[in-house]
Amino acid sequence: MAIKDLLTVTAPAICAVGGTLLLLLDLAIPRGSKSTTAWAAFAVILLALASVPAQWGVSTSGFAGMVAADGYSLFVDGLLAVIAALTVLLTLRYNEARGIMRGEFYPLMLFALSGMMLMGHATNLIIVFIAVELLSIPLYVLCGFARPRVDSEESALKYFLLGAFASGFLVYGIALIYGAAGTVSLTELTAALSGPKPADSALLYAGVALVLVGLGFKVAAAPFHMWTPDVYEGAPTTVTAFMASATKAAGFAAILRIFLFGLAPLMETWQAPIAVLALLSMIVGNVVALAQTNLKRMLAYSSIAHAGYVLTGVAAGGDAGASAVLFYLASYALTSLAAFAVMIALNSGEADENHSLDTYAGLGRRKPLLAFVLAVSMLSLLGIPPTAGFFGKYFLISAAIGSGLTWLAIALVITSVISAGFYLRVIMTMYMRDGKNEAPIAGNWPRAFAALTATVATLGIGILASPIVELINTGIKSIVR
Amino acid sequence: MNELLVYILLGAVSVVAALGLLFSRNAIYAALFLVLNFGVAAVFYLLMNAPFLAVIQISVYAGAIMVLFVFVIMLLGAEQLPAADTGVRIKASRFVIIAGVAVLVASVMYALLTQSSGEAATYASDPAAIGVMLYTQYAFPFEAVSVLLLAAMVGAVVLTTRDAK
Repeated sequence: MAIKDLLTVTAPAICAVGGTLLLLLDLAIPRGSKSTTAWAAFAVILLALASVPAQWGVSTSGFAGMVAADGYSLFVDGLLAVIAALTVLLTLRYNEARGIMRGEFYPLMLFALSGMMLMGHATNLIIVFIAVELLSIPLYVLCGFARPRVDSEESALKYFLLGAFASGFLVYGIALIYGAAGTVSLTELTAALSGPKPADSALLYAGVALVLVGLGFKVAAAPFHMWTPDVYEGAPTTVTAFMASATKAAGFAAILRIFLFGLAPLMETWQAPIAVLALLSMIVGNVVALAQTNLKRMLAYSSIAHAGYVLTGVAAGGDAGASAVLFYLASYALTSLAAFAVMIALNSGEADENHSLDTYAGLGRRKPLLAFVLAVSMLSLLGIPPTAGFFGKYFLISAAIGSGLTWLAIALVITSVISAGFYLRVIMTMYMRDGKNEAPIAGNWPRAFAALTATVATLGIGILASPIVELINTGIKSIVR
Repeated sequence: MNELLVYILLGAVSVVAALGLLFSRNAIYAALFLVLNFGVAAVFYLLMNAPFLAVIQISVYAGAIMVLFVFVIMLLGAEQLPAADTGVRIKASRFVIIAGVAVLVASVMYALLTQSSGEAATYASDPAAIGVMLYTQYAFPFEAVSVLLLAAMVGAVVLTTRDAK
């Protein structure tokens, strides 16, 4: 193992090593001043973030072809680091108010983050599997961090059991692919599949399908979404925010690399199933979200719908599809972080969390800034200009039409219209209804900073999308194939 | 041909053992079914000319980990789920385990007898070769798994320690 190899996984390595050191450091930090741990974690994440521009432009693989460092993985690293940094800012006072004083929260978050980053770097299915586990296991624990609250424990157990089940699918699929193609390295797979079809193509297809099921679970795509509402609702809200934005980005980072680049020769085979998953997710997520009266559950269903939108881009394939997917992941992550920041602000007191939509009535008069942040976020999730969500959907639709999936693009538009039913209801509740909720909202500058950053970024990308698009396109050009 | 027959037999045993694990209402029986399942996996390794992995499978999984499982089950006193077994079902599962073990022993004998036919040992049979692979080609997964295990350990401690107020 040489330094050259280690440099291919700089950002994940910084997070893993930082998390380990933080575990030790945390022992010396007295209970009650765990915000020190949080700031240390914040510093580690910023260091990982700083490694991205420092390495921009590389395109190499390391550790005997197990991982790659290219513009693609670096973009994913950067996006995940931004999400994690904002999540730490949101978590600072929230944990204190909830009585969650254990300092292990932040090291576990860093471990999960390193697994997520690894998903973008993995060029070998073994690494994909390890990265999935490395991101999932700390998240199972973080979901149950608010114990002994029953809903938090339920969330952790549900996520763990179903997650372990999904991991079984993933690893079985990898084994079948190995059995059929004789390799689990993505570059070797591409080469092996480009020639004449292998004799055991049924085995290969079964393996690919199982891998899709395993990863589909992680990104909460229908019909593998059953866990999402309960897990999202029961987990501490900051963990939900982290899961909704970062896990989705990481899961799709792996899906993109496996399907669009590793299994590109098989595209005719996997395109139709992925398109069907996309359609199902869009319909289930948006239609069921209409019936929700709890904002947290509503956003859970909305995240299923957004997984469907992103799958549309995966089904479209090619560099255009990959670029649209990465752009959408970035815009969705920032937008949903802003929404969760408002939810965290409204539940910053010691009382039990209440995310019922009624508690948002009158927010427009009571807290205009918070209401504005949530309103921008809802408009971006809906896809109204000038927000990031608009360009995200625009690129997805044009990629889908460009590869002949016009019916899927039409479905995307129709389901987006359906989604107006619940996104606009949130805005109407805030501005047009009088509220009885007078619970005080404690001021908190890290949280305010995170919320404003996410909102400004949502609007900024929505007005000036081209720099981000160029960044993504150079990243994809440099991908190690 | 013989090998295929042994494979089918073993496969049947491992599936039955897995089903037994799921459906037995007594936690100790479930644990024993799991031991049987691990044993079959070990024989699969033997059949694939990987005796080292087979021994590891037995000593680590069927040995150390399962002993821990059984200890925990007995310490918790959680052997029996409500709605007790009928005597018939216990007898039936006993026969299943005995039959499974018999097949297992027979196939181990078969694997050992056929293996000595002078076939070239593959890389997976030699502990030294496995070690070299682990520290060269598979160095990165090895390291990543160590972080994963650390995270799992921390998580288990976090979820089980009581808060000192």
